[in-house]
Amino acid sequence: MTTTEPELQSGFDATIAHHDRIEPRDWMPEGYRKTLVRQIAQHAHSEIIGMQPEGAWITRAPSLRRKAILLAKVQDEAGHGLYLYSACETLGVSRGELTELLLEGRQKYSSIFNYPTLSYADVGTIGWLVDGAAICNQVPLCRTSYGPYGRAMIRICKEESFHQRQGFELLMTMMRGTDEQRAMVQESVDRFWWPALMMFGPPDDESPNTAQSMAWGIKRNTNDDLRQRFVDMSVPQAKALGVTLPDPDLRWNDERGAHDFGSPDWDEFLQVVKGNGPCNAQRIAHRRRAHEDGAWVREAAMAFAARTATTEGER
Amino acid sequence: MSDDVRAEWPLYEVFVRGKRGLNHVHVGSLHAPDDEMAVRHARDVYTRRNEGVSIWVVRADAITASSPDEKDPLFAPSGDKVYRHPTFYAIPDNVPHM
Repeated sequence: MTTTEPELQSGFDATIAHHDRIEPRDWMPEGYRKTLVRQIAQHAHSEIIGMQPEGAWITRAPSLRRKAILLAKVQDEAGHGLYLYSACETLGVSRGELTELLLEGRQKYSSIFNYPTLSYADVGTIGWLVDGAAICNQVPLCRTSYGPYGRAMIRICKEESFHQRQGFELLMTMMRGTDEQRAMVQESVDRFWWPALMMFGPPDDESPNTAQSMAWGIKRNTNDDLRQRFVDMSVPQAKALGVTLPDPDLRWNDERGAHDFGSPDWDEFLQVVKGNGPCNAQRIAHRRRAHEDGAWVREAAMAFAARTATTEGER
Repeated sequence: MSDDVRAEWPLYEVFVRGKRGLNHVHVGSLHAPDDEMAVRHARDVYTRRNEGVSIWVVRADAITASSPDEKDPLFAPSGDKVYRHPTFYAIPDNVPHM
């Protein structure tokens, strides 16, 4: 018995309409599969590349406590990348292919990681603002229509909370310190605020894929909705911290029951996405070197496994 | 570099028992060169916060699964057997503990 494509399509549509999940071996439209591969891979690459800006501070963390925290956090980012690669592989692409696509620049990662970490305060700001923005993006993705992606997101969201809180606590500690330390925090927030807002992607009227992604239940909210939510969450946090968010247009709008805020520099965003950000070349070069330097380990482990299998077979 | 050493590590599916008294539950997959390394990688990837007391790993290519296309015929035999459920039987209200 063979099922025709329109029948398969209507089965798929019914599953989506019921807010049921699509699972790996289900039939799915090619566009759905491609969109998921692109989005999950980009997300996985972001976690892996995202280890670099903070990883740079591990050897210079000011205390053993901060060093242990930062190590655990960067290890989590690796873990998050692996959960997502695992989800992506259920769509019929291999890990090796995904790595190649990243190294060749054919798949992207979040543009936020192309900004440098110039001071130790950036470790705190990344936890607070960058991971905070990531949480805003990721919580609705726990209900995404593709089962393995949603399950990976649930696991990730549980762990992100630690990331955001350690960052905020780090900044609070610095704010209780000297004037110089407070200035470091403010300078860091000034640099990261706008790139953090860009993490939600272009404005809705310039985001051509959003409507289809929402119809498929892959995305649950528009870019602008999530950006607004993030701004509204961040304002009281900034106040508690004692820093100023670098936006002269930021103010409460009673009528809307939300904050009005300025527009990020979208030309800068496009430049960074195109590969012209401050650290694009460095991030990929570092990733490529790590991949190549690790090749002998992967090969040795394979050779050992093959030899062990042979010896056991002879016994 | 020859092709066989460049080949990817095989894919393993990972199952974790959250605590004593619970079943192992599928949590995801990973690549590893052999069974022993798969367990070690699974510990690092899936149990960084005491999520488990026991891990199973199995080569993904060793799993046989039902086909999603056949799901109706495969599960049909249980569909019309309502008498397998306790609610099928009407018991008077004055009969206790049943």
